[in-house]
Amino acid sequence: MVAFVLRRLGVLSVILFGSSFILYNVAAISGDPTADLRLSTDPNRDFLIASLTRELQLDVPPPLRYFLWLKGVLGVFVGNPNFGMGRDGSAVVDSLALALPVTLRLVLAATIFAAILGIMIGIVTALRQYSRFDYSMTFIAFLLFSLPVFWVAVLLKEYLAISFNNFLREPQIPISWIIGIGLVSGLFWASVIGRSRKSFWLTYAAAFAISSGLVAIFGVTGWLLNPSLGPVVVLLLSIGIAFGVTQLSVGLINKAALRASLTMAGLSIVAYYPVHWVFDNYPGSLSIFLLACALITTAVFVGLAFSKIDRAPIVRTTIITAVLSAGLVLVDQFMQTWKPYMETDAINYRPVPTVGQRSDLLDSTDFWITSLDVITHLFLPTLALTLIGFAGYIRFARGTLLEVLNQDYIRTARAKGLTERTVIMRHAFRNTMIPMATILVADFAGVVGGAFITESVFAWSGMGTLALQGIRGQDLNLLMGVFFITATMAVLANFVADLLYSALDPRIRVGSGA
Amino acid sequence: MARKSKVSVESTEVLSGENAIQNKEIEGLSQGQIVRKRFFRHRAAVISLVTIIVIVVMAFTALDFRLFGIWRVPGWWKWTPEDLPELRFGDCPNDTVGCPTISLLPKFLGGQGIGLGTHPFGQDDIGRDFFALVMKGTQRSISVMVIIGGIGATLGVIVGSISGFYRGRIDAILMRFVDFMITIPVIIIGSVIGYRYGNLGAVFLAFLLGLFAWTGLSRLVRGEFLSLREREFVDAARVAGATNKRIIFKHILPNAIGVIIVSVTLLLSGAILLETALSYIGFGVVPPDVSLGLLISQYQDSFTTRPWLFWYPGLFIISIALSINFIGDGLRDAFDPRQRRRISKKERQDSATARKLAQAND
Repeated sequence: MVAFVLRRLGVLSVILFGSSFILYNVAAISGDPTADLRLSTDPNRDFLIASLTRELQLDVPPPLRYFLWLKGVLGVFVGNPNFGMGRDGSAVVDSLALALPVTLRLVLAATIFAAILGIMIGIVTALRQYSRFDYSMTFIAFLLFSLPVFWVAVLLKEYLAISFNNFLREPQIPISWIIGIGLVSGLFWASVIGRSRKSFWLTYAAAFAISSGLVAIFGVTGWLLNPSLGPVVVLLLSIGIAFGVTQLSVGLINKAALRASLTMAGLSIVAYYPVHWVFDNYPGSLSIFLLACALITTAVFVGLAFSKIDRAPIVRTTIITAVLSAGLVLVDQFMQTWKPYMETDAINYRPVPTVGQRSDLLDSTDFWITSLDVITHLFLPTLALTLIGFAGYIRFARGTLLEVLNQDYIRTARAKGLTERTVIMRHAFRNTMIPMATILVADFAGVVGGAFITESVFAWSGMGTLALQGIRGQDLNLLMGVFFITATMAVLANFVADLLYSALDPRIRVGSGA
Repeated sequence: MARKSKVSVESTEVLSGENAIQNKEIEGLSQGQIVRKRFFRHRAAVISLVTIIVIVVMAFTALDFRLFGIWRVPGWWKWTPEDLPELRFGDCPNDTVGCPTISLLPKFLGGQGIGLGTHPFGQDDIGRDFFALVMKGTQRSISVMVIIGGIGATLGVIVGSISGFYRGRIDAILMRFVDFMITIPVIIIGSVIGYRYGNLGAVFLAFLLGLFAWTGLSRLVRGEFLSLREREFVDAARVAGATNKRIIFKHILPNAIGVIIVSVTLLLSGAILLETALSYIGFGVVPPDVSLGLLISQYQDSFTTRPWLFWYPGLFIISIALSINFIGDGLRDAFDPRQRRRISKKERQDSATARKLAQAND
């Protein structure tokens, strides 16, 4: 195993060396950094050219200059990387250090949302194979697959951001919208849940009533301007979560798990006011982290207290319930920040921004307001990347689950009388997740490269912007810096995916044939 | 007792009937005929095939082009992208100029009747006919797509089949080379190439991009070859004295063709999105040439005032990519031997009633 890892790492570094060598030379011969200076009429033109040549070592031919660059990069191993200087005289390492977190934030959010949504919908389409829901989701997946990301981004900016901001000035929801949203959500839920004609229409009616009712209440109470959940709604939703999670993970028949989850839901409401007090007086990531630790510890103890046998699934259920209901409390906190955030001068009731990764004019130092600012800026780019990305997950999850459901062990599980829930969630879903996990890891690295266009549409200053700047300005060191980071991530992610696959699936032996 | 056994025989017949229908369907047909038959049953794929043919024919015949650089073949559309007709004022909403004249609403519904008008897709800011521009852009984007796809598919199949068939050292070398190509993000290399060579024309750019687009396909083909070469029919061919060349071209490749075709369609739809994206950030097709991505990039600022300049190129990109994806889906269904026919509603009801009858009789 160790030998395999070492050998693979050796091969990977050779690959990285080769591809960076080629790209360096291609990029170096494709543009002369002094070209624009040569055309300028500046009196000290020759001096500028000479100093640029000296700084960037342009007198060394590119194949040799590559090794000078490589020597700097290998400084990573002694903690002192040197990616060379950019055209503007700043160290490339500093620009990369600023840009990388921005891109990672975007890509991480988009990948997580796309994966969760895509896997959920993919599983439902597989379970409802050849139904109308399956066909329409297949169509939507193909449509999203075929969308150019820059086109979607412009549309989102125009319709979602600007129209929504205009709408917020006077948030009166017209009756046609209320009915329309009700109809759409009715259709969605009815086709997901309804199997017979009767249950289809029952679900349709219920979903229609609930969603149009909610939208109408939002409109009447001005909820969109000053949203909050409040303790009662949090409690009701937590109880719903407790039932839902228990049903999915161990089944409602398991009373111990249900009691443990309901206790956690109840505890989240007991802790509602104290937690808000902590949030208001000690804002910051540290207190969120500490509260999360306390939460999970409590959940483990509650789970253990209620269970006598078969403890692991119950504790797991309790933890999931606890995290989800605590998430509600956090969402509630952000909702209460919404109104002060909208009232700041920088925002002025136009909360959905179309460019940038944070508001430069925002002078608030409040942790919640600045976090909310980051979140609102993430909203549109993440949505654009998610829309495009999750189509692939729908298709993949559907295909994998169908493949798994055709296996013999599923028939065995059904034959020995397990409930449909156990067959799907324990036997089929878990085996579907093995290839999904590896795809997810490999995809994550791919999206880093794919976020270029999104970043450029939304004017984010991330890795993509740096690369474009490097190409346009013939800034070789900058371009190579971006390439080195993305390529290393891609290579390592593929490697991790291979290892993960063999860890999750004992049938795959690592090192065989590789 | 006799009655009961008869019913049970009937019900098993109903259950296996589905298989019987399938077997009957492919009786006496060649592989190609079966695939064609299955493909034409996929409604979305057939619609997409028609769409793509219509788009290609429309785009490539609309404008004048030169055959071998000498003979000028006139197109059926009255404007060319170089013409500068007068900007249309008036009868446009919100005081805009050069709005589209296409009308799909018949007169009795309050529209202006179905017709194209002088400028169906409107005019751009200096008055050029936008239909002609979009047609030209579609030509460019489709040719770039076909070239990238063609080169990618050829290289991918060659590399994949060599390394899958011969295995051993040559396989290891080729696959490390693939690994190495995969580390270079296509968008970065595309940008570098496009920035330097974009002005040499779209065809050259597409050729270079094609040299980087084959890696995924080659891995797939390799996997397919690795499993096919162990099968009995390959052994049989070898025992019968077939050469390697004959085994590859006559025995293995035809069996792998389904997988290849499907992933080539994916490659094609990826290629058109890559070309438009590169043109959008300015590293693909460069003006004065026209491509769909470039049109969107050039006119995205006028979205609020003259949205048609943004909509039509986008709709063409989506139609092309969507059609190709659906054709790929149809082909996958058609080539997949495990693919079972979707059971129609009537058949399902029939078998349900039969089952109920059987239960009632029990």
